[in-house]
Amino acid sequence: MSEQKFIEIEVLRYKPESDEAPHSEVYKVPFTDDMSVLQGAQYIKDNFDGSLTYRWSCRMAICGSCGMMINGVPKLSCETFIRDYYPNRITIEALAHFPIEKDLVVDLSGFIEKLESVQPYIIPAEKRSLDQGEYIQTPAQVQDYMQFTSCINCTLCYAACPQFGLNPDFIGPGAMALLHRYNMDSRDGGAEQRMELVASEEGVFNCSAVGYCSEVCPKHVDPANAVNINKTNAAKDYFLRFLSPKGGAK
Amino acid sequence: MSKRKPYVRSMDGWWKKNPFFVEYVIHESTALFVLAYAVTLLVGLIRLGQGEAAWNGWLAALQSPGALVFHLALLVAIAYHAYTWFKIMPITLPPIRVGGEKLSPCAIITGGLVAAAVASLGLIVLVWRIAA
Ligand code: FES
Repeated sequence: MSEQKFIEIEVLRYKPESDEAPHSEVYKVPFTDDMSVLQGAQYIKDNFDGSLTYRWSCRMAICGSCGMMINGVPKLSCETFIRDYYPNRITIEALAHFPIEKDLVVDLSGFIEKLESVQPYIIPAEKRSLDQGEYIQTPAQVQDYMQFTSCINCTLCYAACPQFGLNPDFIGPGAMALLHRYNMDSRDGGAEQRMELVASEEGVFNCSAVGYCSEVCPKHVDPANAVNINKTNAAKDYFLRFLSPKGGAK
Repeated sequence: MSKRKPYVRSMDGWWKKNPFFVEYVIHESTALFVLAYAVTLLVGLIRLGQGEAAWNGWLAALQSPGALVFHLALLVAIAYHAYTWFKIMPITLPPIRVGGEKLSPCAIITGGLVAAAVASLGLIVLVWRIAA
């Protein structure tokens, strides 16, 4: 049998009831080659400190709850393997740019509000009765928005976006990707309603095309693309308003 | 009573925290070199307006060793600026479909770089022939 290997995991801890600011603690964790960083955290909780707090559920990169900064990079901890860091130390920290609630858990309430604000549902262009039957959508039309449906709301893209860190009101990459997903859907007619938000102070023009959000996205959604296409859309909308008979910007 | 006390981390020095951000700040700041070159040309234009002696003075100044080093630095920085500009082009464009297939980011970047190289070469040849 091969010798037991150990890895040092440095965790940024924060207990709101007693701490003024977060501090680091280092744990020496025995691991096997099939262990994820999430399992490393679980080992710490089970064996060293039961108060260690983090989110997780599916353990298979689909629920989007286990995101954390792993050596400074936003990642899903359930699909990140300890063996890839050994023999170096792993540092884990709550997702950047969000307020830390406790240890590795961040406050997502702002993000949830943003998700609501993009009206992430189909807004039909015109009322349709049942006997008109179902919407017909061609495979090409499905392809227009398919990639943006893959988002699992893990918020890694927010942890990768310095503009969100500097301005927490920025609607941000994830919510914009979802907004774009509905705008691009041939069954949807809500793009105009959503435009006010796109072009607003919290909207797409906060983005300076850093592009790291798309880099870290575990589902290849390319949120940077959604944000930047909507810059063009907002600019078009602004100029076309002068030409439209309804006239004038709002 | 709620024990909640969300802790907001500082953004000070954010761009130093990740190599990706360091590169971002570098390629964004190469825009200053583009500005510097635009100013250089603008000065030339002003000197031209001031008559032949001023214009010849500007031309002579451009041939000093300092000016040559300056232009070499400009060339490198602006080439890097152009390269990174095309590198982020795929995220800024709506999907381009060719024969039903989405054009790959790699094809967009290569297309952009080739177009920039051809345009630059064309310009050099044109200016060369006018000068000769
Ligand atoms: S635990 Fe569900 S994505 Fe990692």
